[in-house]
Amino acid sequence: MKEQGNIHFCGVGGQGILLASELTAHALLAAGFDAKKSEVHGMAQRGGSVEAHLRFGRGKVYSPLIEPGTVDIMLAFEMMEAVRYLPFLNKKSTVIVNTQKIAPPIVATGKIPYPDQCLDAITQQGIVLVPMDAFAIARKVGNLKAVNVALVGVLSRYLPVDEATWLEVIKKRLPTKILEVNLKAFHEGRKAGQ
Amino acid sequence: MTPKKPDAEKLWFSGNEALALGAHEASVRVASGYAGTPSTEILENVVNYKEIYTEWAPNEKVALEVAIGASFAGVRALSTMKHVGLNVAADPLFTASYTGVRGGLVIVVADDPSMYSSQNEQDSRNYAYAAKLPMLEPADPAEAKEFLKLGYQISEQFDTPVLLRSCTRVAHVKGVVSPGEVQTSSVTPGLVRNPAQMVMLPAHARGRRVAIAARQQKLADFAETWTENRVEMGDRTMGIIAAGTSYLYAKEAFPNASFLKLGMINPLPEKMIRDFAGQVETLYIVEDLDPFIEMRVKAMGIDCIGKEKIPAIGELSPSVVRKAITGDTGSATFAPVDLPPRPPNMCPGCPHRGLFYNLNRLKVFVSGDIGCYTLGALPPLSAMDACVCMGASIGMAHGMAKALGDEGLGKVVAVIGDSTFIHSGLNSLINTVYNKSYSTVIILDNRITAMTGQQPNPASGSTIMGEPANSIDFPALCRAVGVKYVRTVDPHDIEGTYAVLKEEIERPEPSVVITRFPCVLTPEEKKRPKSPFRSIIKNCTGCGMCLRLGCPSINWVPLLPEEAKALGKKEKQKGYVLINEATCIGCGQCLSLCKFEAISAGEAK
Repeated sequence: MKEQGNIHFCGVGGQGILLASELTAHALLAAGFDAKKSEVHGMAQRGGSVEAHLRFGRGKVYSPLIEPGTVDIMLAFEMMEAVRYLPFLNKKSTVIVNTQKIAPPIVATGKIPYPDQCLDAITQQGIVLVPMDAFAIARKVGNLKAVNVALVGVLSRYLPVDEATWLEVIKKRLPTKILEVNLKAFHEGRKAGQ
Repeated sequence: MTPKKPDAEKLWFSGNEALALGAHEASVRVASGYAGTPSTEILENVVNYKEIYTEWAPNEKVALEVAIGASFAGVRALSTMKHVGLNVAADPLFTASYTGVRGGLVIVVADDPSMYSSQNEQDSRNYAYAAKLPMLEPADPAEAKEFLKLGYQISEQFDTPVLLRSCTRVAHVKGVVSPGEVQTSSVTPGLVRNPAQMVMLPAHARGRRVAIAARQQKLADFAETWTENRVEMGDRTMGIIAAGTSYLYAKEAFPNASFLKLGMINPLPEKMIRDFAGQVETLYIVEDLDPFIEMRVKAMGIDCIGKEKIPAIGELSPSVVRKAITGDTGSATFAPVDLPPRPPNMCPGCPHRGLFYNLNRLKVFVSGDIGCYTLGALPPLSAMDACVCMGASIGMAHGMAKALGDEGLGKVVAVIGDSTFIHSGLNSLINTVYNKSYSTVIILDNRITAMTGQQPNPASGSTIMGEPANSIDFPALCRAVGVKYVRTVDPHDIEGTYAVLKEEIERPEPSVVITRFPCVLTPEEKKRPKSPFRSIIKNCTGCGMCLRLGCPSINWVPLLPEEAKALGKKEKQKGYVLINEATCIGCGQCLSLCKFEAISAGEAK
């Protein structure tokens, strides 16, 4: 992995995207990088499409926004949302996608079907796609809300941060009550990301 | 190479968290604001510094007046709001410029270019010019904290309120921030009588008007040498003047260019600008929204390129700036794919949903307001027909009634949330009664300021500091201003609410219907045990009635003819409805709409 990079987090409001991007940022900072992260708050969070931009580097990071075509790694929490942000990707990008489908209102009310084959738009460009059933991992570790930390586990394989640092950050950042299950989710995700 | 560990003292803070730390380090003692994205989390973090008295005010005008009072009493005061909030606070703002301050006074205003969570894209810098006040513009969280502290020094040194302009990409950007020393104010707290400066009678104000002119000159001189207005000379063929996030975007796009980075955008350092312009070949002004700096630089008679290339609409970014200036679109990017849209939606179990379902059924013209319930405008609820600004719903409905006369009776309602009603709806309700209207006002009382993230308000029964407080009695309040017909309903009770609405809307007198049920995201509601509902698939005929609620927990499952047959249904049944038990909270709205017993109440868990 390069000494600088752009990580794009996307999914649906309420999936725990902010926490995933926070853990990742803290891991990169602990590994000695500078970083800036842009988040979406407010009305857009209500079940809408949500993204977070995380940029890191050895030197000073100026802009908090990732430019189109410059994402190194995308961590997508939902299939269709990965495709929505396709213009941010390039042929060298890696896309880790949770193979979960969440119906937007127009699909949930039966007006149009969910585009089941949408990920083809990414693979057709020759982009490396890492599909991941993080929901299954979360179920396996016993907490459906651990999807986000399972995905962080997958992501950890692709970043210049050692495992001990990741674990240190997770232990420091998560409340004791949910720590054990999330550590399991992280390990399972990291294993699956091999 | 071994990565260097970050300084243990370094913090990873959002701009709003950094501003809160800045308030602490500047020894602020009183902070008052009104919640509004992207400014909300400033006070939510200030409240963690126990030495600062922190409050949510009912609106921004009140918040600024509280801060002015605290400043007059000799302590440092902070007022926070979003850009449209400064419109509400504009009245005290313009005259506080005349009075000046005792304790330092800084007003943080957060703009929202691209309108991620706002109804307009106004550029608050214009207020600094119009009110003759200095305005600082930080670029990131680290600068936000430092500029707030510097703002208090400037405020006390020049006897002026100071505006600090934040924006979405400062407020909600996280970056590395270093804690600094706590600085103290030189002002002694206490009451000092100084009517010539603090009582703005015309005779006094005329004197102050002259003092402001002198102050502006002093500030302009100060701006010439202030270290946060700085030149970074690089390639002299391209010179860029920029402030705030626009500086970061331009720096990223043109790392080798020469920069004049402005920390203060009003007043501008004219001599510094002239010197810089003289040293570069082509001068660009990179700023988002209005040509604020550009117009002033052009008025100095200096050639520069601004809005003829840099977009005036929407937020800038490195690629937008690069493309605007050089035409370079960067490496070819993939075209967007046509996908089903995913707009925000009311939560599963949201009490607003039942009301908007009924308003859609009643086919009334809905004069709406600002809050989560503005989402009631979207399909399938599609039951909001106008929305302008905080509190406007009631006044607009009254105006419609007066315009239409008897023709409009039974056709218009106003819809307003509890916090928005307290913010600026009450005056309009008084007007509705006083001027003999017939409009029906629906107050959506969900006990909290929901959209900005569950802030307590004067109806919630608690304060931002976690203390119990008075909770406004809405029915009593409405009766006190002269509304004779005030009724409270449970919005989850679809048919009961419908009957009450129908009766009140047709009444030829003002009436108020209060829909009372807590927001599902309040801590108490989150903790309450839920009984999710279940689909009984064998009973579902696919009629689609429940889908009209637009609840995220209710999903349509399409069926092919053979699949329908296999399920024991008619081949022509196109699908059935499945309730997501993981997200359903059992509000019961859909249950009352199902005529085929295809939904059953689940067990508590």
